[in-house]
Amino acid sequence: MATLEPSAENGDISEAGVRRRDFINIAAVSFAGVGAGTILIPLVNQMNPSADVLALASIEVDISAIQAGQAIKTMWRKQPVFIRNLTPEEIAAAEKVDASSLRDPETLEQRTKEGKKNWLITKGVCTHLGCVPLGAGEGEVKGEFGGYFCPCHGSFYDTAARIRKGPAPKNLEVPEYVFKSDTVVQIG
Amino acid sequence: MSFPWAKEYKPQNPVMQWLDSRLPLPRFVFNAVGAGYPVPRNLNYFWNFGVLSGAALGIQIITGIILAMHFAANGAIAFDSVEHIMRDVNSGWLLRYAHANGASMFFIVVYLHIFRGLFYGSYKAPREMVWLLGLVIFLLMMATAFMGYVLPWGQMSFWGAKVITGLFGAIPLVGEPIQTWLLGGFAPDNAALNRFFSLHYLLPFVIAGVIILHIWALHIPGSSNPTGVEVKSEQDTVPFHPYYTAKDGFGLGVFLIVFAILLFFAPNYLGHPDNYIPANPMSTPAHIVPEWYFWPFYAILRAFTVDFLFIPAKLLGVIAMFASILLLFFLPWLDNSPVRSGHYRPLFRQFFWVLCVDVLILGYCGGAPAAEPFVMISQVAAAYYFAHFLIILPIISKIEKPAPLPASITEAVLAKQA
Repeated sequence: MATLEPSAENGDISEAGVRRRDFINIAAVSFAGVGAGTILIPLVNQMNPSADVLALASIEVDISAIQAGQAIKTMWRKQPVFIRNLTPEEIAAAEKVDASSLRDPETLEQRTKEGKKNWLITKGVCTHLGCVPLGAGEGEVKGEFGGYFCPCHGSFYDTAARIRKGPAPKNLEVPEYVFKSDTVVQIG
Repeated sequence: MSFPWAKEYKPQNPVMQWLDSRLPLPRFVFNAVGAGYPVPRNLNYFWNFGVLSGAALGIQIITGIILAMHFAANGAIAFDSVEHIMRDVNSGWLLRYAHANGASMFFIVVYLHIFRGLFYGSYKAPREMVWLLGLVIFLLMMATAFMGYVLPWGQMSFWGAKVITGLFGAIPLVGEPIQTWLLGGFAPDNAALNRFFSLHYLLPFVIAGVIILHIWALHIPGSSNPTGVEVKSEQDTVPFHPYYTAKDGFGLGVFLIVFAILLFFAPNYLGHPDNYIPANPMSTPAHIVPEWYFWPFYAILRAFTVDFLFIPAKLLGVIAMFASILLLFFLPWLDNSPVRSGHYRPLFRQFFWVLCVDVLILGYCGGAPAAEPFVMISQVAAAYYFAHFLIILPIISKIEKPAPLPASITEAVLAKQA
């Protein structure tokens, strides 16, 4: 016969005063909690980039037409990428700066490939809040450090696309890329 | 709960009696906004703005549901579908302009409603919960307005979405994954547009739900009033209906006239022309600004230009912007003066007006380009904003000698008439 009264004789109560029912209660609620938590995973995960968004792995860009002092904007993962052919003066300006004095200390060497110091390839995404900085297009403002200038909140980047002034915390990000040949670069 | 002298709902009609004993919805309305709700007799026109906010929400929901019937939440055609609404859909231009300007009108009346609460101390005991729920509504409104602004998929929509989701990217370590998660991609695209549309449709109904809680919490102590003195007897109050239904009705008329002027004569005045350019991920508009109602907070965001200790400037700006609103949740406990109304607080009143000017300055700087002197001005103004709530207000409530309060609402009213 079922009874609500716990009785010590049939082993319902342990020495610590814990009833069987307490165990069943905790086990059932915990299991329901784990279940509810598990259901949350797909509900949260559906917000992450879908397969077709992630599928855009890499692009190849022909850079043979870019003259020294010029830059192009290209699109990678729905975001702009700047490919810039630095002039010797711009390289010199970038190297003159003591990297350790910068907010995000990096030298031009670290930001370019060996022997291709004139090819500065960065994402065209301001590290402050994601605007596209000016300076890659013909006739755009380059800012007081001659690199890029983000008009949204006034971040200034130098000729190595390093942050020099304004609210952005980091240098313009250098994406993963390799030179397939002297004139073709693969980004991603 | 209500005052003991509140009129009781006594339906005469047998159908209403039948209904009342089964689903007392008319009784609920009678007690909430009818003759069954006694209200202080001395409310001025600043007490109109709660009802006006509700009316504005109603306009937004009705026009919004209709717009959703014609809008396509797809990055390839969203912009065109909005132009389709403007040019081809019958009365589409009217509905869209009403919805866009309705958002501005909603914020105008809500800001005046908050202004009223700040001046008359409506946030103080026993109405703290009314204030807190109001702030929840305000946060939900900001989220809804932001996501709504993204939907036309113009340049400002796109870059607004990028900048605002970029705020979450400022969080250390987890920031970038969170931003990608929010957007469903590396930049705003179809996934982001679709989820913003879904939430933009949902949140107004959540707001309506919190408004019910807001009014529920209000009706426990009853409405405050310009003297800040609590209701003491029946002669201090009048029934909500017909007295305040009439007064609110007049205010609603004025509100609708102002709305109509904006809607019919300057429908794009508060908008931004760049949003009539289709979204382009490759080119940022020269001057990204949010809608005017976000300007004060945007100015606080941009006020931080240098790192402090190990915290980057970007994160500081984001923290400060959120803190400027979250701070208001603590207001009932920062202002300890037992006197509610600014009318009887000479020192508080002066600093209150300084705060109002300060917020207007922040608003102006938020709409201006991110250059000097606006950056410096917004730094000073942002510092003052925080100082007002964290330093000035607690000190005032300690040292201020308030003016003598009237013995009752009735006494204050009769003294004015004499």
